Amino acid sequence: MSERAHLPTGQEAIRVKGWRGAHRYLLLRRLSQAFFLALFLLGPWFGLWWVAGTLAGSRTFGLLPLTDPLVLLQGVAAGHWPEMTALTGALIVLAAYALIGGRVYCSWVCPINPVTDAAHWLHDRLGLPKGWQPKRSARLWLLAAALGASALTGTIAWEAVNPVTMLHRGLVFGMGFAWAMVAAVFVFDLLVSRHGWCGHLCPVGAFYGLVGTRSLLRVSARNRAACDDCMDCYAVCPESQVISPALRGGPGDTPLILSPDCTNCGRCIDVCSVDVFTFTHRFDARVSAPPETVNNARSQRAA
Amino acid sequence: MLATPPPRAPDRRRFLKETARMAGGCAVAGSALAWLARDARALPAQALRPPGALPESAFLSACIRCGLCVRDCPYDTLKLAELGADGPATGTPYFTAREVACEMCDDIPCVAACPTGALDPALDDIDDARMGTAVLVDQENCLNFLGLRCDVCYRVCPVIDEAITLEMSHNTRSGHHAIFAPTVHAARCTGCGLCEKSCVLPEAAIKVLPARLARGASADHYRKGWEERERNGGPVVEGIIDLPDRVPDSAFEPAFKLPEAGQ
Ligand code: SF4
Ligand code: SF4
Ligand code: SF4
Ligand code: SF4
Ligand code: SF4
Repeated sequence: MSERAHLPTGQEAIRVKGWRGAHRYLLLRRLSQAFFLALFLLGPWFGLWWVAGTLAGSRTFGLLPLTDPLVLLQGVAAGHWPEMTALTGALIVLAAYALIGGRVYCSWVCPINPVTDAAHWLHDRLGLPKGWQPKRSARLWLLAAALGASALTGTIAWEAVNPVTMLHRGLVFGMGFAWAMVAAVFVFDLLVSRHGWCGHLCPVGAFYGLVGTRSLLRVSARNRAACDDCMDCYAVCPESQVISPALRGGPGDTPLILSPDCTNCGRCIDVCSVDVFTFTHRFDARVSAPPETVNNARSQRAA
Repeated sequence: MLATPPPRAPDRRRFLKETARMAGGCAVAGSALAWLARDARALPAQALRPPGALPESAFLSACIRCGLCVRDCPYDTLKLAELGADGPATGTPYFTAREVACEMCDDIPCVAACPTGALDPALDDIDDARMGTAVLVDQENCLNFLGLRCDVCYRVCPVIDEAITLEMSHNTRSGHHAIFAPTVHAARCTGCGLCEKSCVLPEAAIKVLPARLARGASADHYRKGWEERERNGGPVVEGIIDLPDRVPDSAFEPAFKLPEAGQ
């Protein structure tokens, strides 16, 4: 490990790339999250009904239907076969996320993401312990439990507690006590379990992860030869288990982060001062030549 | 020489333990969720579902809580239930008649907006909607029942003279007036709530209730003799002797006598 491991996470990247350069994707993500929320708020706030509805189901420009496939799937499990409009909407959403990356939903759209990010930021600042760390697969079990409960009760069960749709619906239609739900997620992530909600439990994220298993948009540790082991990417990545296979892979191992858990947030790209990571597609397995070889070639030529 | 493979039992045991723990957690979480979701199935009496809504149990499996019906209602009748603040399952659409009633739009925009069929697209005539049934719950305070001519609930009804009528009877209190009793006919009442909304009393004397509270139900095997006879074009059972009705008059001698007072 280099000495820089002692610096606070991200300091080196800020020094090398400037604050903006070291927060490029973070800023873009916040913009994207605000953009998607704003689309839904234009109607109720300014009477501009480009998009009506909520994340669970919406209509854009009076025409394009979009439906949350997981909500609809629970409805089917509960015994209701939906009308064409909802089915079409769900298929469009499924196709989009299957193509660009399922958990792109998590880091670029989901309104809970800024909440859990904030919890993690504070958690870091306060230097709190990791806390309870259930297996990452717990969210898949919870997803199965949500579908099971839907089938059992004949209702769309997860929607009774889902903080994602609750927060979104709350912002667009009126909160009620949905704040309590969001606060609970924040406190859980802050005090009980680091990265607990989005990283271990949320079945919505798990579902979108499954949807994007074969998706195109991928982060590649293309320049992994330049890695100086500062470990900053591990520190910022909400799903740090996905990095090693790509970053630590030997020659012949793909530099692509292919795990469906990767949220395509781009934090690893931002935080790396030597630009190891980059966005690309899943068929681009190029690896940059290690700098040693370049140096060697140069020294050989010089000799 | 091959090294002896490492013993696998502890691995397998750990795997089984992890799986068992996850399955256990999953069962607990699932049951908690099921309990919560079941809990949310109780719809308060004053919360009415939009026109065309499937029966409550089917509705909860169909409605994705998108709010499109709410957005397309031109009278802002519908609301999405807020967590902890309103009664119905969180995020589902409902209205409270006394606050804003359903104006029974001809083109039923709420149903047209629903992407899932939670509001049944088969409903093409708003007069066929059954959001609930109006019941004149308080005859002691209804002004018409007191013998006045308020008539407001009757006049605002979009299905006037079919869903609600004024039934005239003798006013025994004054002895020489009439009572015009607002009377709801469930077969035609849509449950729009305009009558309840418009009732002039501080607390409405006529209220729209969900059918499960407003209505009784006849047993399957009950037959109404007069209907059967009409359908049959004569008595259903042949050879029934119709005994003359006994009318109490002066000639009538009861088989036993009540003891007289003072005896
Ligand atoms: S894991 Fe769940 S709550 Fe977290 S960002 Fe993804 S969908 Fe949102
Ligand atoms: S690997 Fe990079 S893009 Fe993927 S979740 Fe981690 S930080 Fe985000
Ligand atoms: S029929 Fe009209 S007034 Fe009634 S709920 Fe539907 S849109 Fe609103
Ligand atoms: S439009 Fe349909 S699915 Fe959406 S909230 Fe209304 S009833 Fe539910
Ligand atoms: S609820 Fe009242 S106003 Fe509406 S149809 Fe029934 S009787 Fe008429």
